[in-house]
Amino acid sequence: MAEAMQLDQALPVGSAGKRSGGWWGVLVLIVTEGSLFGYLLFSYFYLASQTEQHWPPDGLPSLVMPGLNTLILLASSVFVWASERCIQRRQMRWSLASMTLALTLGICFVVIQLREWSIKTYTMTSNLYGSLYFTITGFHMLHVIVGLIILLMLLLWIALGYFDERRYAAVTIGGLYWHFVDVVWLFVFATLFLSPYLY
Amino acid sequence: MNDYRSRFRHFAAVECAFFSMILAAAPVNAALAENGVAPLNYFLHSYGPAATPTMYLGWIFVALLAVIFVIIALLLTGAVFRKRSAEDPCTIGREDEGMPWIYIGTGVSACILFALAIYALVTLNVIAKPTRAPALTLTVTGYDWWWKIEYEDDDPTRRFVTANEIHIPVGVPVLVKLKSADVIHAFWVPMLAGKTQMIPGLNNQQWLQADAEGIYRGQCTQYCGVQHAHMGFEVVAQNPAEFQKWQDAQRKSAAMVSTIDINAGKKLFLDRCSGCHTIRGTEAVGAHAPDLTHLKSRRLIAAGLLTNTSEHLVKWITHAQDIKPGARMPSMMLTATEISALSAFLSTLN
Amino acid sequence: MTDVVQSSPDLSLRRVPEIGSAPIGSAAEIRLAQLWESAPGWRGWLSTVDHKAIGLRYLVTAFIFLLMGGIEALIMRLQLARPDQVLLTPEQYSQLFTMHGVTMIFLYSLPILSGFSNYLWPLMLGSRDMAFPRLNALSYWIFLFAGIFLYASFPLGEAPNAGWFNYVPFAGLEYNTGPNIDVYALGMVLLGISTTVGSVNFVVTLFRMRAPGMSINRVPILVWGTLTASVANIFAIPSVSLAFFLLWLDRQIGTHFFDVVNGGKPLLWQHLFWMFGHPWVYAVVLPAMGIVSDALPTFCRRPLVGYSAVALSTMATMLLGFGVWIHHMFAAGLPTLALSFFGAASMVISIPSAVAVFAWIATIWLGRPVFNTPFLFFAGFVILFVIGGLSGVMTAAVPLDFQLNETYFVVAHLHYVLLGINVFPVVGGIYYWFPKFFGRMMNETLGKWSFWVMFIGFNLGFFPMHLAGLLGMPRRIYTYAPNMGWNAVNMVTSVGSFIFAAGILIFLVNILISLKRGALATPNPWDAPTLEWAVASPPPAYNFAVIPFVASRHPLWEGRLDEGGGRSSLEQGYLLMEGREAIGTTPLDAEPDIILKMPDDSYAPFFLGLFSALAFAGLLLHWRDFTVLMAVACSLSLMAWMWPRKALVQRVADSKYNKGAAHG
Ligand code: HEA
Ligand code: HEA
Ligand code: HEC
Ligand code: CUA
Ligand SMILES: [Cu+2]
Repeated sequence: MAEAMQLDQALPVGSAGKRSGGWWGVLVLIVTEGSLFGYLLFSYFYLASQTEQHWPPDGLPSLVMPGLNTLILLASSVFVWASERCIQRRQMRWSLASMTLALTLGICFVVIQLREWSIKTYTMTSNLYGSLYFTITGFHMLHVIVGLIILLMLLLWIALGYFDERRYAAVTIGGLYWHFVDVVWLFVFATLFLSPYLY
Repeated sequence: MNDYRSRFRHFAAVECAFFSMILAAAPVNAALAENGVAPLNYFLHSYGPAATPTMYLGWIFVALLAVIFVIIALLLTGAVFRKRSAEDPCTIGREDEGMPWIYIGTGVSACILFALAIYALVTLNVIAKPTRAPALTLTVTGYDWWWKIEYEDDDPTRRFVTANEIHIPVGVPVLVKLKSADVIHAFWVPMLAGKTQMIPGLNNQQWLQADAEGIYRGQCTQYCGVQHAHMGFEVVAQNPAEFQKWQDAQRKSAAMVSTIDINAGKKLFLDRCSGCHTIRGTEAVGAHAPDLTHLKSRRLIAAGLLTNTSEHLVKWITHAQDIKPGARMPSMMLTATEISALSAFLSTLN
Repeated sequence: MTDVVQSSPDLSLRRVPEIGSAPIGSAAEIRLAQLWESAPGWRGWLSTVDHKAIGLRYLVTAFIFLLMGGIEALIMRLQLARPDQVLLTPEQYSQLFTMHGVTMIFLYSLPILSGFSNYLWPLMLGSRDMAFPRLNALSYWIFLFAGIFLYASFPLGEAPNAGWFNYVPFAGLEYNTGPNIDVYALGMVLLGISTTVGSVNFVVTLFRMRAPGMSINRVPILVWGTLTASVANIFAIPSVSLAFFLLWLDRQIGTHFFDVVNGGKPLLWQHLFWMFGHPWVYAVVLPAMGIVSDALPTFCRRPLVGYSAVALSTMATMLLGFGVWIHHMFAAGLPTLALSFFGAASMVISIPSAVAVFAWIATIWLGRPVFNTPFLFFAGFVILFVIGGLSGVMTAAVPLDFQLNETYFVVAHLHYVLLGINVFPVVGGIYYWFPKFFGRMMNETLGKWSFWVMFIGFNLGFFPMHLAGLLGMPRRIYTYAPNMGWNAVNMVTSVGSFIFAAGILIFLVNILISLKRGALATPNPWDAPTLEWAVASPPPAYNFAVIPFVASRHPLWEGRLDEGGGRSSLEQGYLLMEGREAIGTTPLDAEPDIILKMPDDSYAPFFLGLFSALAFAGLLLHWRDFTVLMAVACSLSLMAWMWPRKALVQRVADSKYNKGAAHG
């Protein structure tokens, strides 16, 4: 195969998009984090199916705020994607604006989620459901916060003009992580808020 | 290299040693058991339909797997010592040969495994449920580190509680409901059936049946704390008449004989022991420890650790923590007169 | 294209790697050495990110843990040698068997294999380092600190004491009030980070860091083994980390996951633990089986029979390994249907093992074995694997397991597989690669002695455990009565254990002697086929002066093995020396894809590891402020880590580039 291989072509140097080590590393990280959420949700379904308690103890959850919050988070993902597209097209200002919007939406999500937590009548320690609810959403919140810090750094770097249309691996990688945080939320949402309606 | 090869013969010798070890396993096992020791030896002894099919399964598996082991050991030995034509040590064998080894070896293994799996599943179904409805139901609850046994009955007045010694009539299936009062234990009477965990918050059960009269040793097998080693019990299989007699006796409250000594002992018991122990027919209704109503009817005390003699009883009561360190029963500080009074009282509990 | 060349091409973004050679002593070689060598003294020691240094550290640390776990086992064997002994209190015994299991399973058996893989992967793959050298260093430091963490409470008599699988509710606060279980829980979460980070590194290394031409069907089986194990870890570790984290929440915050009174379920623990636990037992043997698959052929003077079949069986084992966890819970009272399924699956998992066993036997049969010490260990391993595997088949038969479960039969099984498939190949592997590690050969006479003493001691010690199990001896009992029929088997086991330990001791003595006085090793003393033998013994800091081009599975046997295709090129290759550079290749065909900039040495991994361990210690001791302080210190270390990486963002100073070129 060696002779079939082209050995004398020019190769990108350093951190080049999906060829960079970072992209691969974050991808694998996402797989393991995804499994973590998988096991969390498994624990939820296992305990829900085995319990003799009324489930959820407070009756069916309201879908309004969590639904809205889901939309906010999804929108935020779209703007991160848009921001990357804008860099590819050398529209740095648009990219900056888009990333700012994404960040703002992410912060909105956190604020709404904090409010959701505060109006619950139960806490982490009051019953089994409370333990599950706060642990699962808490884990997700932690990921959102890490994601927001990443978005903030990207915003900063875009503003400082660190990227151009040839090199923006950091945006691709950071965006990948943020999309993951959003997709995981869909599963969390479906588990905590939709699945109780099914039985 | 020839020198090495001769040394390598040892390898074959050791393999042969293994082979004989495996074959020796059964007789050694038997020799140990025939002397009346090895009360948990389920591999050679089983006395009921919940255990015997498994014992046969074990024999067939051991025999078959021993044969497989021997074949593989011979192949390996052959591979090592096979005569080879002298060749330049620098030559390297071809890569693409040898695949039939894998095809045949794996194919044969897969067929054997398939058969073994079927046999295991069939046996599982055979022992999963008794063929007849259970004639007797009891609830066994695991405590750190002893067993509470409740005999069920439709008539609540005929129910009774005992500890560490289960009596069953021979020849009938017995349903055992398993509970735990604290951590996970496991209920195991190897000569009568396999084991099942007793998990807090869960209602597990199993069944067993003894086809021969006798005493069968049981043991907790799930690590449950410092005295897990000494969490044993016994199953006494009796003919129906004796069993009936035993049951009737157990249902009675303690018979109260009254002499000065015994009364003193009883008072002492109510003062010092009744917080934990129950004696039906007295004010002692403690629920954290074995029911002592018919203590003297039991063969062993302290969950199978000591024979039930007067000396052992005294030793246990005064030195429980030395005999069974960590047990939930304290070593009681008693004077000699107190001891004799208590002994007198306890000896009436038959 | 023309405008690229005309003005100064932007070499920092794209270039054609220079092909050449760099023999020892040439200017290029000296420059490479300067680039890759760590600073001398303790500075270099703390900051190095060289995979070889990290690999050796893993090996040494894990081996020390083996000795510690072994000494714990020997103490247990003294207690069990005769009935009714009072050498140990029940509580001491429970901490001993728990720490023995934890040490062996978590601190020895996987880390030692990570050591081999760390050291060998880049050399076998023809690369200059792992994909993330700093993560690699971090993974080691956290492993070390997690090990120390887990042992910290041992001298105080407060070590974990609920067995290595730590069932609740016994491990819950109500029945285990001391710090024992918190140490275990936090230690395992910490160790989980190390393992995860290490696994990410292996996976990305495999897919990106191979020499051009080292296509996926040419990598050594050890690489397959470690890759499979790492992928499994990526999926399985979160389960155990989560279980321990939930347990810690239950104990410290008051949640109710396992709290029976409030609807929690002890069985959830068993599921989460074994969903991890079973894949894990394969993770700790597949790389070791890889060691055998790679090294055995060297001593049989022929390639492994059925390379593809063995590689596939490695993955098949792991895949099936995710579907059999219930076989550790056969006695938990689950429905018969579920038991049937998992019992059958556990039998099926033997089929891929059969593939490997017959491949090894065929390799020996068709080869012309040379009876050196490593060969003895590998041949011995085959027989031990078969015994351990067959006893596994017995426990997989559900009704039989109702009897065997939690008896010494299972203890016998686990030692045959763990020592047979892990310890024997590991010791054989050390004999095999010792010349590569240290440039000296190990002593053959002592080597043969160590093998025979270990092999005989092992079987004498552990075979009777099967009998003890069949005689009904439960595990985890600190003593037993003399009338149970277990006296003889236990005495023999104890004697055998000490003989085995003597074998280990001979091996250690051999290492010490050979380090000082062993014969100097040539680059390829065994005439082995794989790339690690193409470099000097011990290898230079940069591994390969030029990145080789690989044309076959056995680059060093090509002349004598007609595999078709071209010839590998080891002297001529990419000369990457604009700083620390390595080549990134495509995942399957290993075509050159990118020139990677490798990070310099850094203290950040050490401090990040240290501070995170201290943060966990703060959590354990309920030192709130200290924990927060350490978390801040962790963030600072992370920033220091990322700092020089600003270069990776790679802003283009002034845009002189080719518009037509594909952008990255
Ligand atoms: C270290 C690695 C390791 C490996 C490789 C294995 C391999 C296997 N294990 Fe084992 N196992 C453990 C480590 C391992 N195990 C540990 C640590 C425990 C105990 C945990 C604890 O409780 O503390 C355990 C416990 C354990 C149990 C639970 C027992 C109990 O607690 O009651 C079971 C049950 O099914 C089991 C089954 C198997 C099977 C079927 C295999 C198979 O993969 C074996 C396959 C191999 C072969 C079969 C040999 C080669 C094949 C041939 C030569 C072909 C010919 C063969 C036939 C035709 C049969 N193992
Ligand atoms: C890789 C894994 C591994 C290894 C190598 C071993 C090695 C040994 N194991 Fe262990 N064992 C387990 C994994 C392992 N074990 C596990 C997972 C359990 C279950 C735990 C649980 O129930 O939770 C277990 C349980 C276990 C038990 C059951 C305890 C019980 O249930 O009550 C016993 C009892 O005999 C035992 C014995 C031994 C012995 C004698 C060795 C010997 O091989 C040890 C040999 C000795 C050495 C390797 C040390 C050599 C030391 C020297 C030569 C001294 C030199 C010193 C200096 C230079 C300082 N082990
Ligand atoms: C704090 C609780 C407690 C007190 C007080 C106590 N015991 Fe016990 N006792 C136990 C427990 C628990 C056991 C089971 C111990 C074991 O086997 O591990 C037990 C076991 C026994 C047994 C053995 C029963 C059997 O069938 O195995 C006897 C006899 C006994 N106690 C007598 C006494 C007497 C007499 C006293 C008072 C002088 C007493 N106990 C006080 C808790 C207590
Ligand atoms: Cu109860 Cu072990
Ligand atoms: Cu398993």
